[in-house]
Amino acid sequence: MAQIVWFENYESADASVLGGKNSSLGTLFRAGLPVPPGFAVAADCYRKALADGGLSSELDALIAAVDPSDPASVASAGQRARTLIGSLQPPAELAGAIQDAYAQLSGRCGDCDVPVAVRSSATCEDSPDASFAGEHDTYLWIRGGDEVVRHVLRCWASLFTDRGIAYRLERGYGRASAAMSVGVQQMVTPRAAGVAFTLNPSNGDRSQIAIDASWGFGEAVVSGEVTPDNFCVDKVMGTITKRTISAKTLEYRLTGDDTVTAVPVEAERQSIPCLSDEEIAAVAKLARRAEKHYRCPQDVEWALADSPGGAPGVLLLQSRPETVWSRRPRQQGGTGIADPITSMVQTMLHPVTGGGHVAHG
Amino acid sequence: MADRFPSPFEMPTPPGAEGWQDLYAYSTVFSEDRKEYEDGTFWFMDGVHTPEVIPPWDATILEFAIIGLSQYNTRHYVIPPALGVDLRFLNGYMYLSPVGVSDPEEIGARVPEFAERAGYYFQNWDRLYAAWMPKVRALINELESITFEPLPHREDMAVITEGRGTGSALDLLSTYSRLVDLTLKLWHYHFEFLNLGYAAYLDFFGFCKQIFPSIPDQAIAKMVAGIQVDLFQPDDEVKKLAQLAVELGLADRFAGSGSAAEVFAGLQGDPQGDKWLAAWEQASQPWFNFSAGSGFYHSDKVWLENPDIPLGFLRTYIAKVQRGETLERPMQAVIAERDRIVDEYTDLIDSDEDRATFGAKLGLARTVFPYVENHNFYVEHWGHSVIWRKMRDLGRVLVAADFITDPDDVFLLSRHEVPEVLFDYYHGWAVGVPSRGPKYWPKEMARRNGIMNALRNWSAPPALGTPPEVITEPFTVMLWGVTSDSVKQWLGGAQDDGGLTGFAASPGVAEGPARVILSADGIADLQEGEILVAPLTAPSWAPVFGKIAATVTDVGGIMSHAAIVCREYGLPAVTGTAFGTKTIKTGQRLRVDGNTGTVTIID
Repeated sequence: MAQIVWFENYESADASVLGGKNSSLGTLFRAGLPVPPGFAVAADCYRKALADGGLSSELDALIAAVDPSDPASVASAGQRARTLIGSLQPPAELAGAIQDAYAQLSGRCGDCDVPVAVRSSATCEDSPDASFAGEHDTYLWIRGGDEVVRHVLRCWASLFTDRGIAYRLERGYGRASAAMSVGVQQMVTPRAAGVAFTLNPSNGDRSQIAIDASWGFGEAVVSGEVTPDNFCVDKVMGTITKRTISAKTLEYRLTGDDTVTAVPVEAERQSIPCLSDEEIAAVAKLARRAEKHYRCPQDVEWALADSPGGAPGVLLLQSRPETVWSRRPRQQGGTGIADPITSMVQTMLHPVTGGGHVAHG
Repeated sequence: MADRFPSPFEMPTPPGAEGWQDLYAYSTVFSEDRKEYEDGTFWFMDGVHTPEVIPPWDATILEFAIIGLSQYNTRHYVIPPALGVDLRFLNGYMYLSPVGVSDPEEIGARVPEFAERAGYYFQNWDRLYAAWMPKVRALINELESITFEPLPHREDMAVITEGRGTGSALDLLSTYSRLVDLTLKLWHYHFEFLNLGYAAYLDFFGFCKQIFPSIPDQAIAKMVAGIQVDLFQPDDEVKKLAQLAVELGLADRFAGSGSAAEVFAGLQGDPQGDKWLAAWEQASQPWFNFSAGSGFYHSDKVWLENPDIPLGFLRTYIAKVQRGETLERPMQAVIAERDRIVDEYTDLIDSDEDRATFGAKLGLARTVFPYVENHNFYVEHWGHSVIWRKMRDLGRVLVAADFITDPDDVFLLSRHEVPEVLFDYYHGWAVGVPSRGPKYWPKEMARRNGIMNALRNWSAPPALGTPPEVITEPFTVMLWGVTSDSVKQWLGGAQDDGGLTGFAASPGVAEGPARVILSADGIADLQEGEILVAPLTAPSWAPVFGKIAATVTDVGGIMSHAAIVCREYGLPAVTGTAFGTKTIKTGQRLRVDGNTGTVTIID
């Protein structure tokens, strides 16, 4: 098993050692979607480092003693576990491999120390499909080989965040089965970013793509710190069927000290749309491609980068199955009345909902 | 916001129009006799078909049209929630009132009858519709064969030798009567399929909105729309003639701004020119029986009698051919796009049951839709053109008899007065004494022309009387674009910010300067890139759609003629804005969003 797996070399057999997030990025990259380049550090590296450092059994014992119903017990075990992992010296061979890969990525991006996102991608032998979304840490705008290695270890430690521990215990996942893969991916400075659902979350309409968008890095939208602009696009016709422009008061931006920070948005930019119609169409098209690839409704994260080429450069940062509407029990039978005469009478009796002509403006 | 519209009984007669009521049938004007009913009812002005004052004889066709619609709803197919549409003329404008059935029990009782009667038509649609076309063509041929001649000095000798025993005046009277009867029959045919066609279309529309609540209206229309539509044939014929003119090396003969008469005279006698003129002749029957208006006014200009109109379009197309542009609509691409839209929505449907229902409803909608798209050419364009022409022939008979001075004055008579006038003519002829007409009608025509002019200056309110809670009559919604929302909008007036809303009738967004056009005569003023703002647009304006950027109309829904032609030409359109021509001034910059149905005045 390779320690480092580039997104373009991803195979579905790698899923169990790369975790959900890295597998998804690899899959999308290989499907030809515009995913920023990067590589994954396999979960085996985490296991080997812990074993070499003699931490495996201690961590097992620590977690075995946790009382899941007692937050204080979870917190103290988590604290201890993170300290143990934080004290590890990264294995020299692995550190070298990560630094080589990072240097290669920088070269590809034409940057001597390309800024990257270092993302946790937890794996669980008991449940290969578990998403662990939001349970573990992500570090943005990391530069330099040593820094990347340091943040890979921080991601390992984040396997033992309080919420991560609680999540696994609640679901009864075995103590030893969880491990951490880490993704290292080129970062761009987005003008705007956000999420997109390949259905209308307000009514489940599968013909629509709903886009939430705001200025700067997507974290403001994902965390819910701003009320984003909202657009709906018809998948088939490509028309924008709804647009709501909100006051976007905050954005995550790259500041002078080379860190990504939440800052207030200037008044004149707050209430103007953060995407042009052309950019809305590009985001919708990208979300639709992800959905067509996975053949089920998706929830995607995207970012719009100003590219020197001029065309809107929309990047796909993540795509996962939409869960709210997709998990609703499928209704039995059809929604409509198949018999034309009965149905016509109903349509005539309820022209407001049936005829639909009032739904304008 | 007011909760009702002005009462029809509060409407003053415009100065100079006193006595206008006598020009319309007694049963079609508001009166004290039915005040309680009339005042408590909702009436909207039919700006879709009749945005202008209706001359007395022209009212004939409107009465026939509305009675045809009504009888099919009420007596033929027993549409469960809808009876007919009531009609009144007020100050020369037509107001309509859709009559619904509100008692749920009564609606329920009508359902089985509707199922049996409408069901029969749906099940046998192809066979019955195949019979319609020859039927309506035979009727129009019969109309074409009608002739009106002045009464002869002596009856022909053959009347004597054949022992016919009847005279020419009887023919004259019965021919007029036949013209009226055929006109009524034409409108029976018009509604034989139309209401059912709309019902099936609305059913598919409603189902699409149910499974895809946010689906754009025009997506549904595109899935159903036909590829070869007779209504576009006149325009296609002009394109073919443009192509032919270039092929025959005649393009330069059309240069300049000479009239059709001048251009055609220049073509005569030269073999290529004669070839082209023969092609024009062939195309013109029946396709140039095409009205530049809605077809409901005798004054609407018909291409056949006004060849300068198609000639103008022809010149535009010749220039395009010479620039190497292609005129043909890309049929393969249109078909491929329609198939793509259907396939993609089908794929997005959740359950197999719904997919099957979608397919069946789309199938029925497509079966019925050719009628919805095509009937308009045969009835409003071709049929009406012939009727107006024949009435003008009758007018010439009356001019020859010194009753009137202009053949078009015949349209200032109501259809019931015409037999009286003919009988006066007959009397003078038979007895050998002067008829009263030559002394009576010239003065009366001057008075009536004065009334018409006074009525033209009146600004007709969009609605009268008491609005209903909701508009339920399905054809009011579909055809006239009158919905509960538009009623609210009329009550509230235009939006405060100067913007307007209407139907998202044809997709796309465009900006440009406005050109407000109140009648067909103004369309020549339109400049490249302007946004056409009109009470309504007629499909026969099609060729100007090549140069405008978008269309805004006061009236009409998504199946109005304006909407259909705009989708055909790929132009954004917002229809049914109610106040477009009143709010917008020529030259103002507009943003027309055909996706959301909004019009913004930028400056």
